Amino acid sequence: MHAIRWLMICVMAAGLLSGCGKSQKLVDIGNEQQILHIANGDEISDLDPQVTTGMPESRVQAALFEGLVARDPKTLKVVPGVAERWDISEDGTKYRFYIRENAKWSNGDDLTANDFVQSWRRSFLPALGNQYATSLYVVKNGQAFHEGKIGFEDVGVKAFDKKILDVELIAPTPYFLQLLAHHSAFALHIPTIEKFGAIDERGTKWTRPENFVGNGPFIPVEWIPTKYIAVKRNPYYWDAANVKLNEIRFYPIPKYTVEERMFRAGQLHITYYLPRDKLEYYKAKNDGVLRSFQNFATYFYRFNTTIKPLNDLRVRKALAYSVNRHQIVEYVTKFGQKPAYALTAPDPNSYVPEAKMPYDPDLARKLLAEAGFPEGKGFPTLTIAFNTNDEHRNVAMAIQQMWKKELGIEVSLENVEWKVFLDRERQMDYEIDRASWVGDYLDPFTFLEMFTTGNGNNKTGFASTEYDSLIRASALEADPEQRMFYFQKADKILVDEVPILPLYTYHWNRLVSKSVKNWYDNPMDYYSFKQIYLE
Amino acid sequence: MFMFIVRRVLQAIPVLFMVSLVTFIMIRSAPGGPFDEDRAVPPEVIKNLNERYHLDDPLWKQFLDYIANVVQGDLGPSFKYPSHTVNDLIAAGLPATLELSFYALIFALVTGLTAGIIASLKTNSMQDYIPMSAAMVGICMPTFVLGPILLLVFGIWLDWLPVAGWGEIPGDKILPSITLGSVYAAYIARISRGGMLDILSQDYIRTARAKGLSTSRIVFVHALRGGITPVISFLGPAIAGLLAGSFVVESIFQIPGLGRFYVTAAFNRDYTMILGCTIFFAFLIILFNLLADIVLVWLNPKLRQELEARG
Repeated sequence: MHAIRWLMICVMAAGLLSGCGKSQKLVDIGNEQQILHIANGDEISDLDPQVTTGMPESRVQAALFEGLVARDPKTLKVVPGVAERWDISEDGTKYRFYIRENAKWSNGDDLTANDFVQSWRRSFLPALGNQYATSLYVVKNGQAFHEGKIGFEDVGVKAFDKKILDVELIAPTPYFLQLLAHHSAFALHIPTIEKFGAIDERGTKWTRPENFVGNGPFIPVEWIPTKYIAVKRNPYYWDAANVKLNEIRFYPIPKYTVEERMFRAGQLHITYYLPRDKLEYYKAKNDGVLRSFQNFATYFYRFNTTIKPLNDLRVRKALAYSVNRHQIVEYVTKFGQKPAYALTAPDPNSYVPEAKMPYDPDLARKLLAEAGFPEGKGFPTLTIAFNTNDEHRNVAMAIQQMWKKELGIEVSLENVEWKVFLDRERQMDYEIDRASWVGDYLDPFTFLEMFTTGNGNNKTGFASTEYDSLIRASALEADPEQRMFYFQKADKILVDEVPILPLYTYHWNRLVSKSVKNWYDNPMDYYSFKQIYLE
Repeated sequence: MFMFIVRRVLQAIPVLFMVSLVTFIMIRSAPGGPFDEDRAVPPEVIKNLNERYHLDDPLWKQFLDYIANVVQGDLGPSFKYPSHTVNDLIAAGLPATLELSFYALIFALVTGLTAGIIASLKTNSMQDYIPMSAAMVGICMPTFVLGPILLLVFGIWLDWLPVAGWGEIPGDKILPSITLGSVYAAYIARISRGGMLDILSQDYIRTARAKGLSTSRIVFVHALRGGITPVISFLGPAIAGLLAGSFVVESIFQIPGLGRFYVTAAFNRDYTMILGCTIFFAFLIILFNLLADIVLVWLNPKLRQELEARG
């Protein structure tokens, strides 16, 4: 028994007490060896750009792939990617991309125009279930092919020669180049995909680090689920000489408190987000690690316009006009958000909605009385549904109080589990619910398209032929000024018809070590890992 | 003994089947599906995905197909992590979970038994009150409170130990193991104290004392074997609790274990992952309970004789 006791103590010593004293700082070692340690939100579901939809995945894909075009992380303007240049026809419907002569795959294969043709073909194949397939409907006959009505030879994407790609669109689509920077439009190495399964099969092993072939500045070398995914420099990348980092480790850390603690302890260079209660601390500290910037995303409430009394415009207006957004962002959310009075998130460089939903409690009371509910009398108890989250609860409680105080009406709050919430929303089984929208590309179309009649993301019952025709016209219009005019009118219709209640524009706060260089914050949360280095 | 083990293994089969069935019914009754997302997924895409994963088959067929695959050791593909099978993910997360549970168990046994034995030898003294009060605090303090406190003190203020990770930085396994093991150390301290007190009052211990044996010899040679029997009985459920309860510690310390997959699978409606993890944990719990019973029989001659008599 004595021996067993000592054995137990020895096991303890070997296993647990494997090191003590001042802990080693991953960040310091990383700075010396150019290894970036970055928190990446949740665990990535896959690396296949035509299968994934989330932000954590798109960040890793940004390191592993490069589209025909890229974005400048400072300005978000489109810059050459795999294509070194492109021509656009006068009517704006034909694009010719010139792929770099030295563009290669990470196994050394030449990257050709046909790789894009075959990859886009794959993105449309129904069995793959690509959720972004519809975004390439702007390509001529893309939709018809996706729906199985025609063969791929009629789709408007062709390899003119080995390095020249021709794309024909159904209409001038001014945001088309921005779409190409999206992961769903990246080229994939089809022979590698076919080596591990059918071309339209999801979840085969081609994305495993040992099998992976990509065309970006980095290649995956290790993927330990829930621990990290490590990527190293791709020697075949056309601009490998200018890639400075040797390695990036993306850590899936769903808890913001954990990543903040890891940052403080020198285990991370960059956090994904910041715990809300830490913002004041870092602001006061003012040591240059806090990065605070506006997102291209809007937080809003949906009204179910198909049910009483929300089918009455006066009621929706009354509810909307009695919400003080300033109070919400100043005293409730307190994370730098800006009040939103229209749907489209403002982009100071191109588009700021002019229409504004007023804050006017007097008018709100008058409208409610006109609708048959003077001082809120007889108004049914509506329910605000939100998915489980403290912030959503706090915002809902604030609005509940505002409506009680200004309109004299009672609303109840309902906390719903995420998937149940989505299910009910899809079936329009709600009265008022929380919503948000993050733009896919820097163009108002990404927001406004949502409320066209029958759009899967509309979910309010709102339908307006005028609105639909404005959105359609914007898609066909090549003149930027005229497009913005259409968008302003569309935003105004939403403000006037109130199918939604915009509340604020999202704001992002995160911690970035001062040793990280060339990391630029931008509203799309887009990063060019090839430019980043550590000092 | 052999027949005892065979009987227990055979009993496990219907238990595992029922666990699978109940889990299947519960998870499939929950609203929402694995492919529901904030952005509306086009119906044709949902249709294709349902076809791909055979979710359009009748439920009874889906269940029977699933069980047929499980029997062959295939827990199916994960819906949330399409490039991984459930087998892959369990294999990826299991080592960290097992290692964490093992270290926590060692910590719990060493500290718990030491405290329990000392307290039983010095009843109603400070050496009894202090460890037993500490044990009571340990039982009452949940891991999600203890973990952050330990992190704050040893990770941030004193900067002695890493605040997260597993096997990346020396010493990063210490705090999670202590956090997870504390509550079990506290239970073991109290159980072993009771067990030892019971044994120490037996006639054969009094005889040993009368013969002039040293306290350490009495404790370690004569009393401990009988005194820790209740602890052994406790170890089966304790190990199961350690494995299943590691999720909280895994999330506090960013440990790449199995618990995180298990919990997030429920939120993601990752049907196969939930079923796979449930069946796997049920299997582990049955296994460890069986092992604890075998050890108990091995330690206790009375039980051994009883089993032999029963055949």
